[in-house]
Amino acid sequence: MNAIVDTPAATPTRRGFLITVSAAGALFGLAPPASAAQAYAPTIWYAIDPAGVVTVHIIRAEMGQHVGTAIARIVADELEADWSKVRIDHVDTDPKWGLMVTGGSWSIWQSYPLYSQAGAAGRIALIDAGAKLMGVKPGDCVARNGAVVAGKRSVSYGEIVSKGDLSRTFTAEELGKLPIKPAAERRIIGKPGGAQDIPAKTNGQAKYGLDAKVPGMVYARPKLPPTRYGSEVVSIDETDAKAVPGYIRAIALDDPSGTVPGWVMVYADSFVAADRATEALKVTWKAGDTAKISEADLQARARALIADKASGSQVVEDPGVDAAFTAAKSTVEATYTTATALHFQLEPVNALAFEKDGMFEIHTGNQWQSLVLPWLAKALGRKEETIVLRTYMLGGGFGRRLNGDYAVPAALASKAIGGKPVKMVLTRADDTRFDSPRSPSVQTLRMAFGEAGRVTAMEHRACAGWPTQAMAPFFMPKGKNGQPYDPFAIAGADHWYNVGAQRVRAIPNDLANRTMRPGWLRSVGPGWTNWALESFMDEAALKAGVDPLAFRLKMLDATGRNAGSAPSAVGGARRQAAVLKRVAEKAGWGKPLPKNTGLGLATSFGQERDMPTWVACAARVAVDPASGAVKVQKLTLVADAGTIVHPDGALAQMEGAALWGMSLALFEGSAFENGEPKDTSLDTYTPLRMADVPDMEVEFIPSTEAPVGLGEPATTVVGPAIGNAIFRAVGARVRDLPIRPEAVEAGMKA
Amino acid sequence: MTSFRLNGREVSVQAPEDAPLLWTIRDEVGLTGTKFGCGIGQCGACTVHVDGDAVRSCVTPTGAVAGRSVTTIEGLDPKGEHPLQKAWIDAQAPQCGYCQSGQIMQAAALLKANPKPSDAEIEAEMTGNLCRCMAYIRIKKAIKAAAAKGVAA
Repeated sequence: MNAIVDTPAATPTRRGFLITVSAAGALFGLAPPASAAQAYAPTIWYAIDPAGVVTVHIIRAEMGQHVGTAIARIVADELEADWSKVRIDHVDTDPKWGLMVTGGSWSIWQSYPLYSQAGAAGRIALIDAGAKLMGVKPGDCVARNGAVVAGKRSVSYGEIVSKGDLSRTFTAEELGKLPIKPAAERRIIGKPGGAQDIPAKTNGQAKYGLDAKVPGMVYARPKLPPTRYGSEVVSIDETDAKAVPGYIRAIALDDPSGTVPGWVMVYADSFVAADRATEALKVTWKAGDTAKISEADLQARARALIADKASGSQVVEDPGVDAAFTAAKSTVEATYTTATALHFQLEPVNALAFEKDGMFEIHTGNQWQSLVLPWLAKALGRKEETIVLRTYMLGGGFGRRLNGDYAVPAALASKAIGGKPVKMVLTRADDTRFDSPRSPSVQTLRMAFGEAGRVTAMEHRACAGWPTQAMAPFFMPKGKNGQPYDPFAIAGADHWYNVGAQRVRAIPNDLANRTMRPGWLRSVGPGWTNWALESFMDEAALKAGVDPLAFRLKMLDATGRNAGSAPSAVGGARRQAAVLKRVAEKAGWGKPLPKNTGLGLATSFGQERDMPTWVACAARVAVDPASGAVKVQKLTLVADAGTIVHPDGALAQMEGAALWGMSLALFEGSAFENGEPKDTSLDTYTPLRMADVPDMEVEFIPSTEAPVGLGEPATTVVGPAIGNAIFRAVGARVRDLPIRPEAVEAGMKA
Repeated sequence: MTSFRLNGREVSVQAPEDAPLLWTIRDEVGLTGTKFGCGIGQCGACTVHVDGDAVRSCVTPTGAVAGRSVTTIEGLDPKGEHPLQKAWIDAQAPQCGYCQSGQIMQAAALLKANPKPSDAEIEAEMTGNLCRCMAYIRIKKAIKAAAAKGVAA
């Protein structure tokens, strides 16, 4: 049993999330339809109408992962539905849905048991009712393709809903015990097919938050304060703003929730007018105390905290770590950093808010509705039950919209003018200044070797701003020393390598937490922990004089706490070793390469130990020795994600996540300057473009194990694979992300 | 007031002549398929055609299209079945989809000018369009598929 998993049920493990979600579903067993002519809703998760159309309710946000299609496939498979009659419906907030969150690569993993059992319940009820209509026994019937079939006779689901007796009910307990079909019986899961959301994304018809409108709305753009927290408005001078045609007024927002302190909202009759009036408006603030903080200050604070042996939370603390280091024949130690990174989701954050019929409506894209509703309630001074979030497509999520802070100022802007509709839109520069960036990080790793190069101990200390501490502290478990920690900011350090006595220490960067609202950015902690870990594994292999592949495989022996366990981690480290071996074989590990060209390996278990997605990457790079410029020639990736529900969508997630990893490694990275991210648009923040895309090959290991997440895992293997490839190409070890040519050049001289 | 042709019909708009065409199309005319990404002409989400050329509507003043013909994603094909739109679905190119109107409009202008572009020509033309989901592999695949079939097909 691994230390990070062995926490009480009340702590924020994935299992905790799952229980919450399941409980919401379990409240609703099978209920009889209101009347035979109406749709039949076997559970809250879907309904079947008299025409046989199955509408699946999706509580997850659609942000490019085609999640509705994947979840609908799960229901339809178990329901034995006719796929051509299955529709998806992204729902608005309602307490009946339970926890609403789309993140952590959890959606399929969490939805699979719940929606499968809901589908099975419907199938059983339809078979009973269909058998009765045909005057046969249920045992003589099967359900197939949206109909109940008995020999040569059949009755469609639509006919059963129209005419049948659908009175059978299941208790919540019975629903939870319904068996899920064996893999060999799957007819929709894992089969080819397209995503339902895609056609509307090719013709301009898909509706995003930015497209929301209601009659009579006014537009608003915020005038942002100089710091994320602690700034106070001293005075507002409207003189020049009043000269902008269409300008209405400016209001300093009063925010009891503390979400957007120091914001001034500028109202106008069009967005263009609001934009120009915001530029013209003069606001004087008393700036917060982080107004001069730089990236170097944040890193210096992290280094000081790392050096303090008493700081932070002991996430893994095996006995004998210090003794092993004292007795070691040799040791290796290295420190790694990652710079501030921006979400830069293409749709700048925005929201439309107004009061109507006693409800406050917020129209916006959001990934964690259950997190923002209490903030809205506090800000507006009203009960959560009187606030509803209307759902839209997200013009990119990547974790930015897990933090729904942007909904608060829109709601306050509406409240300030009597609940009239206000459409708040942030410009790109506003969006990046107000981003919830990935905090910079500093990490120090050590390894001890005993007799014959045997690995006897390992320590991993990581310091960064903690999103969960900043926004959801109720989800922080406690370490062995009783100190709470952000599980998403340290995951990855608690790896599946057997390294003898292991210590993992998670340290919050208090200065980062005050300077910014640190965000969950695609892959969160593993985005930095795996950069350090997998770079370090190559450094340690070099120290041990062992091939980096063999070095890893020896430690991925799937014994002890790394043996794995049901339901989601069957096989444990054996499966990680398998993807690593396979990627090495595919990429031609060990074969000669041209001068200044190198192949680098890295692997990951994805996001967290209780939902491991086994991934490995081989990156082939060519380095220009004169400039240190790195060209990625090819990325080869192998993943074992258990059962693949929507294969083409799974591949798309791997492709996108891998390129994200490459972009973060070579093209992105920013820095704090005077208390804010210094890059505010594409003139200086330069994500990867089409011309930069390398050759790519992706393979999934065939599996019928539990399905796990794919939105993030491929992100975290690419950076260290590139770093390791650079070393093998030209002998330069890079330890800072992003990798800059100057660092490669300097490393070559070192 | 500015008058121009939009997706084949005459429109007259009240927006100031110096207001970006993007917001005039979205907020005054009400066609929201054209997206706002960066506002400085560097992401391509706002790409439309003006007299057949791909332009960034976020940095195009409304007054500059007086008397000219503007096409948005909604007007590219009356049924949304332009060969590129069909190729986009076949390749399952979009992820979040937010940039895709601009990507398709840029690609349509490319294929009109150069029906059989090389890989390098596709990359050169499309690299001004950011896809933050990084669905580039499929976008390129879709353009090549449409080009192979012939855009007029």
